[in-house]
Amino acid sequence: MSGALVLIQSCTVDMIRIKCPYCGERDHSEFTYGGDASIKYPALDAPESEWTKAIFFRENIRGMQKETWHHTNGCRLWLEVERSTITHEIKSVKACHPQIEKITKSKS
Amino acid sequence: MTRFNAWNVFKNGFTGQKNWDRQWRDPEPKKQYDIIIVGGGLHGLATAYYLAKNHNKKNIAVLEKGWIGGGNAGRNTTIVRSNYMLPGNHEFYEHSLKLWENLSHELNYNVMFSQRAHVSLFHSPGAKDGAARRYNIMRLYGTDAELWDLDTLKKNIPHLNYYDARFPIMGAAVQRRAGNARHDSAVWGYARAADSLGVDILQNCEVTGVKRSQNNIESLETSRGTIKAKKVGFAVAGHTSVLWQMAGLGNLPIESHKLQAFVTESVKPLLDHVVVYGVGGAHFYISQSDKGSMVFGGDLDWYKSYAQRGNLPMVQDTAEAAMAIMPCLGRIRLLRHWAGVMDMSMDGSFFICKTPLSNLYLNAGWNYGGFKASPASGWYFADLIASEQPHKHIQNHNLERFEKGINIDERGAGPDPKLHG
Repeated sequence: MSGALVLIQSCTVDMIRIKCPYCGERDHSEFTYGGDASIKYPALDAPESEWTKAIFFRENIRGMQKETWHHTNGCRLWLEVERSTITHEIKSVKACHPQIEKITKSKS
Repeated sequence: MTRFNAWNVFKNGFTGQKNWDRQWRDPEPKKQYDIIIVGGGLHGLATAYYLAKNHNKKNIAVLEKGWIGGGNAGRNTTIVRSNYMLPGNHEFYEHSLKLWENLSHELNYNVMFSQRAHVSLFHSPGAKDGAARRYNIMRLYGTDAELWDLDTLKKNIPHLNYYDARFPIMGAAVQRRAGNARHDSAVWGYARAADSLGVDILQNCEVTGVKRSQNNIESLETSRGTIKAKKVGFAVAGHTSVLWQMAGLGNLPIESHKLQAFVTESVKPLLDHVVVYGVGGAHFYISQSDKGSMVFGGDLDWYKSYAQRGNLPMVQDTAEAAMAIMPCLGRIRLLRHWAGVMDMSMDGSFFICKTPLSNLYLNAGWNYGGFKASPASGWYFADLIASEQPHKHIQNHNLERFEKGINIDERGAGPDPKLHG
């Protein structure tokens, strides 16, 4: 492919393709975006300021970030995806729940 | 700077319109400014203009990483309205609409503000009740608002789908004083007016670092050198988090999402109003530009992104919504579509507030509604920077509102930024 064509393609719209560990590679329109996967919720009796931070405040990374996607129109697994918020390139996909991850691994 | 008036247009007509001055200067950055506004979009330029005009401030610079009009100022669907109902919001947006009404005279620049009415369709008795509630609240606060029944709507906009729509159109909530304006004119107008009051507009000047002491900013590292500032205002919608972290301030109640807009080939006059359609999963707003193009938009692309380009499923969704209410658009050709990166805040409302640093002020979180808000945004942000006291209309538009439980959530969608469309 010529350099110019690569350049044009990188500037045009792109469909994100997510490799679901259970169903295989699908268009992102089958999935629902969840949100930031790095959030850790504090203990139930933690002070209000900690809960405020967990619920309302985001790092909002410009670059690779961990995020959740739900395969709504597929196997309905929640997935943890590492994706660039600049190029939309996906680095890794795995099931959120560690025990389900074991099953999907044994399947492949 | 030459003023625009009939005599000057006539005079310059004799010399082929070649002797007009520059619209704004292209100065070299000074070593130090009293006030630096980061972000040369509508909000940043309006802020600089009102600082100079209302508060008589001197020695102001606006830093823009690209060129004036190249960011979200050139990526919106140009709609201006004030149909908000929560305290703070309705005063703020009504003030903004009033500023729009006089903006062309204020700036001596034709911003082509056209009060063609904002017509928001409803499709069920429940939606009608909801619209009646919101629009009655608007009337109580002195904003114009009315409900159109189906006959009135048909008379005003005859070519909507009144025949076989999946969700039959039952009427519309209308704000007659709303409409749209020309986005380029607004941003150029503010740049020119601010410049004529002595504001330095520094283009191609990206902030690359923030040098700070314990509780204030000392200077900004930029692509055009180090610049010191006594006060700094951030107005960089879309990239607020990036700059905030550059200043070492941690997280914000903001996510960056992208919103697409579309423009078609020009057609003869077809639509005299701004029409909004929202039911179930659909969200669609359309108007016709002065050139004849249909300008419209839909929902966010649903996932977080800093890329200024949109995805295809949303093109399809928006096209489906267009066909659902205006089937006559079926054969029209799309010329361009693009995306802008926006601060989506955790409750759908904006921030004009002080920050943990004593000389840093924040203007951010404009969600879908930054364009219409820009005159008031500049007005109140300038007021905050000059007086150090938040005006009573924006006293809750700060970063502490979440911890206090006084979220300003017009839509009642909860703490998920992508839902505040």
